[in-house]
Amino acid sequence: MTHEEIVQAVKDIIHTIAPDEEIGGLNLTDPLRDQIELDSMDFLDIVMELRKRYGVQVPEDDYKELATLQGCADYLAPHLADHELVTNA
Amino acid sequence: MSRSTHYFTGSRDGKRPSSGDALDKAKDHYDVVVVGSGLAGLTAANILGRAGHSVCVLEQHYNFGGMATWFKRRGGHVFDISLHGFPIGMKKTCRKYWGTSISDRIVQLEGVRFDNPQFQFNTTFTREDFTHKLVDVFGCASRTVEAFYETLRAMNYYDDDGRTTAELFEEFFPGRNDVHRLLMEPISYANGSTLEDPAITYGIVFSNFMSKGVYTFTGGTDLLIREMRAILARNGVDVFGRSQVDEITVEHGRVRGVRVGTREIRAETVVSNAGLKATIERLVAPDHFDDAWLDAAKQTKLNCSSTQVYMGLGPGEDLPWIADLFFTSTRPEFDSASLADLHGQSRTFSFYYPKVRPGTGRHTVVSSMNANWSDWADLSESDYAAAKARLEEDTLKALEVHVPDIRSKVTHLESSTPRSFAFYTQHTGGASFGTKFEGLRYSMELPQQIEGLYHSGSVGIIMSGWLGAANYGAITANKVDARIASLAADAAPSS
Repeated sequence: MTHEEIVQAVKDIIHTIAPDEEIGGLNLTDPLRDQIELDSMDFLDIVMELRKRYGVQVPEDDYKELATLQGCADYLAPHLADHELVTNA
Repeated sequence: MSRSTHYFTGSRDGKRPSSGDALDKAKDHYDVVVVGSGLAGLTAANILGRAGHSVCVLEQHYNFGGMATWFKRRGGHVFDISLHGFPIGMKKTCRKYWGTSISDRIVQLEGVRFDNPQFQFNTTFTREDFTHKLVDVFGCASRTVEAFYETLRAMNYYDDDGRTTAELFEEFFPGRNDVHRLLMEPISYANGSTLEDPAITYGIVFSNFMSKGVYTFTGGTDLLIREMRAILARNGVDVFGRSQVDEITVEHGRVRGVRVGTREIRAETVVSNAGLKATIERLVAPDHFDDAWLDAAKQTKLNCSSTQVYMGLGPGEDLPWIADLFFTSTRPEFDSASLADLHGQSRTFSFYYPKVRPGTGRHTVVSSMNANWSDWADLSESDYAAAKARLEEDTLKALEVHVPDIRSKVTHLESSTPRSFAFYTQHTGGASFGTKFEGLRYSMELPQQIEGLYHSGSVGIIMSGWLGAANYGAITANKVDARIASLAADAAPSS
């Protein structure tokens, strides 16, 4: 996956976890929590969904890397290089 | 089939004999065995089942739900133990981990009322209304109120500064016993905490709980648990009641499974949704723990227990509108410890109007008090019966002030005590709200002691109540899912 595809993958996951939130306008650099209503439980669900869809393990100490979409892309890029984007059913 | 004369635990009221082997259909091996069917256990089981793991839930009682439970009595009475009320967050939690068939039934309570010698009013239980009460009724400065909220909102569970809740209140609202009462009383009833508990636990709970109203589940606890069981079945989770886990088996520092009587069910991972103390003191043999860790963990203190009085109104009987949740006290001043006094003066009433179970037309009232195990544990049978009779009489007298003809409407009256809670849930000391703050650490550290063994349930005050328990179930499920994934990765042949 490219950086753009990883951002899409994370947005897709956020959409399944928080379907009421408007994710179209999310920017890359502001913390996700400042842009939409995501709490710490939602981040846990993002991590679990990343594991389920892409087999990527994010250790608890690294959760903070996922605070922004850019952070997600940078952190996940080495793990997801060989994966195809899974689209929401 | 021959009928066994063996009576399962929990049979004292109904004497329904168990017949046959409750674990007849259980497999010999699962990826995950969950011990206990409280909301933490059920939620963890559902998430893990949904993720494709083989999961089984074992519950000692014939009902599921743990403290999220109900009971029925002759005459069409259905009593809920803990249905009113939980924070708004439960709606999102249920939607994510259970689906909309459950979350769509979560509705806001319409009326919450306080009545004590210091203040009497209705509240929407929202941040806006608490601000209004603190500023316009109690005369606090609005900047103080805002600063108080901000301080609470900024609190994280990992930065406990050692302050107690009483110290926090004194800092913002010095000498204002009435304000302390408003801020503390509902939370004490919700999670058993007191003014002496860490301010951090108060801050986290307040920000979740006293901000956007109080909620309930339309259809009653029985419908909730029935729906959860149907969802679990669809996700392939095996659930077995009447199955008392006697031991969590451990081999070479790693969990091996659980033993129910003479039968062992093997599992790579065990999630204990039994009480934390029961898990470490009763279910696992002590030699599997580090001695110093076990000694320290055993020092974990428990929150208080409860008494409840259940009043069922006959068919066709009406009840005037008072509130869904009514916090009452005749004590002139507030002090936290007195909420758990034997035959004390403070109690909450949960009024279950017909809207809770649409179509039934029935009303029930459940009164709750906090209570200390030590006040009830050693009473002789006759003293115990007398104490229960007094509890029921005191409660009717307190309710008569608001509903003068209540005695003529009630056709079923019954009470429970810390002994009842201990009997039905097997919680150490009949604890209704899990452990004090320090328990969270030991609950979380359990897998470092025994590989593959996790705890989930009411601990640390912040992980208690319906929302705390369900969320902790999700947190634990995430850890278990990660472990199963890494075990699978280790087992896969390297390319």
